[in-house]
Amino acid sequence: MANMAQAIRMALHYAEERLGVTDIFGEDVGPPLGGVFTCTQGLKTTWNSPLDERGIIGTAMGIALAGGRPVAEIQFCDYIYNTIDLLKLAGNTCWASNGQWNLPLVVMTPVGSGIRGSIYHSHSFDASATHIPGWKIVMPSTPYDAYGLMLAACREQNPVMFLIPKALMRAKGEEDIPGVPHEDKVLSKMIDAPLGDRSQWHAQWPDTGEVDVPIGKAKVVRPGSQVTVVSYGRTLPMCKKAADVLADEGLDAEVIDLRTLWPYDWPALKASIAKTGRVLFVNEDTEVTNFGEHLVRRTTDELFYQLLAPPKLLAGKFVPGIGLADPLEAASVPQPQDIENALRELVALQP
Amino acid sequence: MARDAKKLTVLKPAKGSGKKAPRAAAPKAPASRAAVSKAPAPQAVSAFKPLVTHSDALPLDNELLLKMHDLMVKARALEERLIAMYKSGHGYFWIGGPGEEAFNVPLGLLIKKGQGPAFDFLHFHYRQSATFLAMGEEPLGALRQMKNTATDPYSGGRNFAGHFSKREWNLCPVSSPIEVQYAMAPGTALVQKRFGGDGISIVTGGDAGTAEGDFASCLVWSSRPGQELPVLILVTNNRWGISTPYGQVQGVERISDRGAAFGMRTKTIDGNDPISAYLELKEAFEYVRTERKPYLVEANVSRLYGHSSASGANFNTQEPDCIALFEEKLDAHGVLSKADAKKVHERYHEEMAELARQAKEEPMPEGDSIWNHVFFGEGPADPLPKG
Repeated sequence: MANMAQAIRMALHYAEERLGVTDIFGEDVGPPLGGVFTCTQGLKTTWNSPLDERGIIGTAMGIALAGGRPVAEIQFCDYIYNTIDLLKLAGNTCWASNGQWNLPLVVMTPVGSGIRGSIYHSHSFDASATHIPGWKIVMPSTPYDAYGLMLAACREQNPVMFLIPKALMRAKGEEDIPGVPHEDKVLSKMIDAPLGDRSQWHAQWPDTGEVDVPIGKAKVVRPGSQVTVVSYGRTLPMCKKAADVLADEGLDAEVIDLRTLWPYDWPALKASIAKTGRVLFVNEDTEVTNFGEHLVRRTTDELFYQLLAPPKLLAGKFVPGIGLADPLEAASVPQPQDIENALRELVALQP
Repeated sequence: MARDAKKLTVLKPAKGSGKKAPRAAAPKAPASRAAVSKAPAPQAVSAFKPLVTHSDALPLDNELLLKMHDLMVKARALEERLIAMYKSGHGYFWIGGPGEEAFNVPLGLLIKKGQGPAFDFLHFHYRQSATFLAMGEEPLGALRQMKNTATDPYSGGRNFAGHFSKREWNLCPVSSPIEVQYAMAPGTALVQKRFGGDGISIVTGGDAGTAEGDFASCLVWSSRPGQELPVLILVTNNRWGISTPYGQVQGVERISDRGAAFGMRTKTIDGNDPISAYLELKEAFEYVRTERKPYLVEANVSRLYGHSSASGANFNTQEPDCIALFEEKLDAHGVLSKADAKKVHERYHEEMAELARQAKEEPMPEGDSIWNHVFFGEGPADPLPKG
């Protein structure tokens, strides 16, 4: 079964073979490394860029303007911040030109904590990304969704920000990607670059197929009746696990994987929250002007009289960084116990 | 009366810098176009070899000279009409390129216009109406954009004056950040190099914007060894960044010298002389088109109406006026009398006034059109409808 890095790699292979992707590039994206998380090993359109994030985003925009279809990587989202005005420009190019131009480009970048990445390899980007109109923003939590969302991103006519929860890069999912060998060792032998000299190595790509993971569709990963939990990326599996734990206590939580942050699947959220009357939004970005705050506001605006308890947000602490020492990271971003406690408290609240 | 090169490159000293600003270097060797267009000599990469020595004979035919004059005057008349519209309340903000016509018109005449990688990709800044007109654009669009009408063909009333966009001619949307175009040009050039043919990417910015990192990005990305890109990197140096003199904030004498470190061809040219600009640009265009490698050209120009309407947009008599200089030369050589030149001015001023009257009558866009074109290929929709 593929992990997320392998799933992204196979999706990019599919995209360069069948969806017209012309350039997959960024720092250390090309051979011999194939990306610091191995997401781009063995692909035919990869190349190494100068160590210049603004150049990466600007070049991706130029490629897209000229009719190419680039997938650009920013090695860690912690280093994307000096490109913010280019991201803004990419988001407004169609609008500012009154519909003349479009930019079919994908920017992928690993986000979030969970690998002891310290201050500059642990940041989240969902709060900042959702402040830039004109982009579609996705964030998978399983290899299957990563594969499907990357195919969808590479079909888009608009810029897509593909946020990869780096702590889940090696995580396996529950669903097999069509055509991918189920045995880990078999798949690894086919598509993982060997250690040592790779100059003669070529990937043996499995004949993967289409999957239906459209941009803009959330997924109910665990049905429930008493409380809705909405999350995405790294915290999604934690939420599901918390719901499983709480099920033993007789607490029935519905868990929704948002998958797309913009444009997000409000009908799915609305239906679930209207059903349960309680909602907890969970993500690990800093909690002030957090995307979850927008979801809380909309829930209040549209579902106030159907709520049994105030909508809640559990997110990262508003501190300048994620500290390296385990206790610092644990104190900074939501932990499984925090999610369980938040759910217990929410269900206990009565109107 | 023929002018020598020294006189033609007279520009104001950088105010406040305490010394006279260095200008284009005098030629070190006789100009030889044949030599320049063949194998590059590394040691000559940054040497400025003017292709025109301003001798008695004009090196371009009269038809081209008159065409350039006509377009320069047309562009000046357009900009002055835009300023007049701003000053009479028919627009909120003016920014443009009066004073750069001698550079911008030849540039426009040399561009291979069309859509797609077979044609030139254009990454302009907001001082290039003269380039756009020289390419054959009608002036009415610029007037509509000034008035921010719904009919503004470049942004539908969404953007400032001079912020053009025309996909049919690969003119990428001009934006207000002064540097971002330098980061994008290598991308279009990469597609063009891969595509084949002779289409190139042309990127223009001002001297102040070269302090931004994107200018360095352009130099780095267009000169990767073995992967050089066909980018014509242009800098119009008016020696101002709004109110800050160039010499106060940048230490490099000639911006073109920065390209030499990357092994690319460079030169600093007289952007106030359309004959010189035409020949120098032509040589650079031919090199980039055929060699598929970058070329950095810095053009010394004037800024005749200040930075923008924010600084008053009043005529600056302290800087050389390229049109007046050109008209003296055309008159001296019997190509165009001053009386006939005056008629060209009058004709275009009347034409622009009439077109402006038309633009002024047209409505602004409807407020609910803000949802149009948020996403390409998708209908307008408020994602958070109220009620």
